[in-house]
Amino acid sequence: MAHSFTNVAANRPPTPPKGPATAAVAPAGQTPPQVTKFEVRDLSFFYGATQALFSVNLSIPQQSVTALIGPSGCGKSTFLRVLNRMNDIIEDTRVLGTALLEGIDIYGPLVDVVALRKRVGMVFQKSTPFPKSIFDNIAFGPRIAGVRDKAVLAETVETSLVRAALWGEVKDRLQDSALALSGGQQQRLCIARALATNPDVLLMDEPASALDPASTARVEDLIFELKQNYTIVIVTHNMQQAARVSDSTAFFYNGKLIEFGDTRQLFTKPREQQTEDYITGRFG
Amino acid sequence: MSPEPLPVRTASSAGLLAKRFTLQRVIERIIRGLLFLCALVSIVTTLGIVIALLAETVIPLPSTGGSRPFFQDVSLWTFFTDTQWSPNFAGDQQHFGILPLLCGTFLIAGIAAMVGLPIGILSAVYLSEYASPRVRSVIKPVLELLAGVPSVVYGYFALTVITPYVLRPIFQNGLGLTVDIYNALSPGIVVGIMILPMVCSLSEDALRAVPRSLREAGYALGSTKYDVSAKVVLPAAVSGIIASFLLAVSRAIGETMAVAMAGPNLPRFTLNPLSGGQTMTSFIASISMGETPIGTVEYKSMYAVALCLFCITLAMNVISQWVMRRYREAYQ
Amino acid sequence: MTAPPIPPAAQPDWLTAGKREGRVFSTLCWLSTWSSVAILAVLLSGIIYQAWGWLDWQFLTSFDSQRFPAKAGILAGLWGTFWTILITILVAVPVGVGAAVYLEEFGRNDRLSRIIQVNLSNLAGVPSIVYGILGLTAFSRMFGLFGEQGLIKTTGIRWLGLDIPLPFGNTVVAGALTLALMILPVIIVASQEALRAVPPSIRHAALALGATKWQMVSHQVLPAALPGIMTGVILAISRAMGEAAPLILVGATTFVLYAPGDISSLSDIKDNPTGLLKAPFDTFTVMPIQIFNWAQQAKADFREHVAAAGIVVLLAMLLLLNATAIIVRNRSQRKMKY
Repeated sequence: MAHSFTNVAANRPPTPPKGPATAAVAPAGQTPPQVTKFEVRDLSFFYGATQALFSVNLSIPQQSVTALIGPSGCGKSTFLRVLNRMNDIIEDTRVLGTALLEGIDIYGPLVDVVALRKRVGMVFQKSTPFPKSIFDNIAFGPRIAGVRDKAVLAETVETSLVRAALWGEVKDRLQDSALALSGGQQQRLCIARALATNPDVLLMDEPASALDPASTARVEDLIFELKQNYTIVIVTHNMQQAARVSDSTAFFYNGKLIEFGDTRQLFTKPREQQTEDYITGRFG
Repeated sequence: MSPEPLPVRTASSAGLLAKRFTLQRVIERIIRGLLFLCALVSIVTTLGIVIALLAETVIPLPSTGGSRPFFQDVSLWTFFTDTQWSPNFAGDQQHFGILPLLCGTFLIAGIAAMVGLPIGILSAVYLSEYASPRVRSVIKPVLELLAGVPSVVYGYFALTVITPYVLRPIFQNGLGLTVDIYNALSPGIVVGIMILPMVCSLSEDALRAVPRSLREAGYALGSTKYDVSAKVVLPAAVSGIIASFLLAVSRAIGETMAVAMAGPNLPRFTLNPLSGGQTMTSFIASISMGETPIGTVEYKSMYAVALCLFCITLAMNVISQWVMRRYREAYQ
Repeated sequence: MTAPPIPPAAQPDWLTAGKREGRVFSTLCWLSTWSSVAILAVLLSGIIYQAWGWLDWQFLTSFDSQRFPAKAGILAGLWGTFWTILITILVAVPVGVGAAVYLEEFGRNDRLSRIIQVNLSNLAGVPSIVYGILGLTAFSRMFGLFGEQGLIKTTGIRWLGLDIPLPFGNTVVAGALTLALMILPVIIVASQEALRAVPPSIRHAALALGATKWQMVSHQVLPAALPGIMTGVILAISRAMGEAAPLILVGATTFVLYAPGDISSLSDIKDNPTGLLKAPFDTFTVMPIQIFNWAQQAKADFREHVAAAGIVVLLAMLLLLNATAIIVRNRSQRKMKY
């Protein structure tokens, strides 16, 4: 029972070959070499005097799903928020080390945070639709980026909803309030909203933890589809979910990155003892 | 079925680097500056009040032709100790002792406190401890209405209803005492009614802030509702209640229209509520409506009285806030 | 055979001792609370009774009369109040809401913001007549800087076709600016509370989508806080409408036989549109001051009946304003809860 998710990981079909964007073409049966999207070197993070992340080194591959797992308070959400600089809005925080998005240090002095957040989207744990219509929720991102053309906005809204697998359910009521949707629909709306700014990275902080199992399954299917075109980093405390959905997994503990590797390998034959203790349920 | 894969974006096309001087950024800085100026207006207001009060009393204004400020003509000692206030009289009949005005003000404020504070605090206890939600939903709008009635209406009520139909029958016809047309009791009562909603609402907040656990502890020891309300909750909220009292009395001291309409017109050094003396606010209003020429010492006495009034109310407000802050830690 | 009935247990003294005290106390509390209702009822019924028969269309459409109570009307006060409150709103609302936005969104933990916050609490407790002194000195007399004996010897300037008197003297503008400063703390505090009530998750979501701070505020936070802000603004305005003391100091006259700009009906606007430009710089009166004036008259009819009629008009307008505020508040609460 304790190892059921390892079976899940072991029995999952291999990741389908990537689209034509990647340089290397995979020989049949082997996963192709990964292109790095985000690279983090010696990253430490401080809330005031308290250190939350200790010298994390991690390379997040492009167009795949990377899961961050670990017990509560281990720093995985903090790490996630480092990637789109959402920690900046908290007072008295400090970042040491580098975080590179395709080679550019996102904490560099010349970087425009607003532009960064349009490229690196985020979905929160509790769905947070704006108290406006469905259309206005999704159109918000493009609107503040300067898009005024009504036709372009309508098309963007439709594409985002299609990509978030919500279009069929709401296409006739785009002007209705977003607050009238169910919990699972609201979360998919938030995903569509994040997709509307045309990001290439999608950060998801426990996106399904507040949802019922049926909605969770739909969100996970969605993630599986999305990874063809987006780099996804997902924080989850649910190891089965990580095993089901991710290609690579990073295990955090007490602010340190303990192990990072291919999901199947991490769950079936973890390298570190701490990792094995965690996934077998000895703590956490 | 899945959408087309996106092209790979290279760093240069990423647009990550900041464009420092786009129109949007400039506009946002301007907007932020404007908002800051709006916030500064309140500070400018305070400065304005202080300067306006000190003008004519301590600092001369240009338009008065450089004539001397009030406190150069009238010493502070005389101002606070002379027992006569008669600025409009000539020669040595002209006195500038503020004591009669202070006496008139505190007499009316005292009557207001005796009316408004008990009713206010008892109502607050009722609303907080005894009343059902239905009763509260009736009483609270009534209190808001009472608080929203302008003071001219209360002044009218005092002058045309309370003095002739309440005070005169009771005190003059019934007890044989003279009730002046413009007395202190009538405006005192209505000012008490005016401050009642404020006392009730602030005290109720203080009572509701007392943690439930305190009440439950009282009940668990076998106390009745009266025991808990009067002997546990009320003492626990006493700092908030005192703060509300101070604020309410400060408001009563600063009230103008009701006392100008129904209160005495002449400064008198008396504690008789059936006659009373002019208040500071009433004096300021009467000078302003009168014929006193600008630049004379009589006119400047209006500013001196206003300065005194401001200092008193400011002191009471500051003490009230200090009381709130000092004793709030008890529950954190 | 039935057993003899059990006598009721004797209530020991210590159990009943507190009960009478408790009943007296709770009765006092009950009386105090319902006395407010009684007072309001007596107040309103007394006023309506006195105004009965005196409040008619003629009262609403005539100017004041010095000698004939039956001919007196509140038209000057209506128009004066209209112009004064209009300018007050135009000044106080943008400044007040702007200040609240700055304090809540941009200057959250500044030392300056904390000073401003303390300053606002103090300003709220300043008596209205002291605001009158401020208005008199700063707006009516402008610290003596202008005027025939001032530092800058001028009595007015012409700007954009407007004849602006300097100093403002006892004009609508001076009164309106004074009232605006007086209600500013009320608007700022109410707006701050409305802004605070917007959940932080909305702010985070907006920022995560690549919004700048101002975009987040103007697109999401302000619209969400708008009903609360409007409720606060309406309540502040109803307070300004009832004020007389500051305007007396600024110089609003008690007996006025014209409306500002000589615009006293809609046809006047058509005949004399420049009156609209002159109105803000004209002398004026407002409803509360007219009521005050009538209550000081020797003739009993003025004092008791005409004043009461004026009060009914004033109270009716205030009631309308407050009812609007309540409707706005309820409608918005329904919209945000799904």
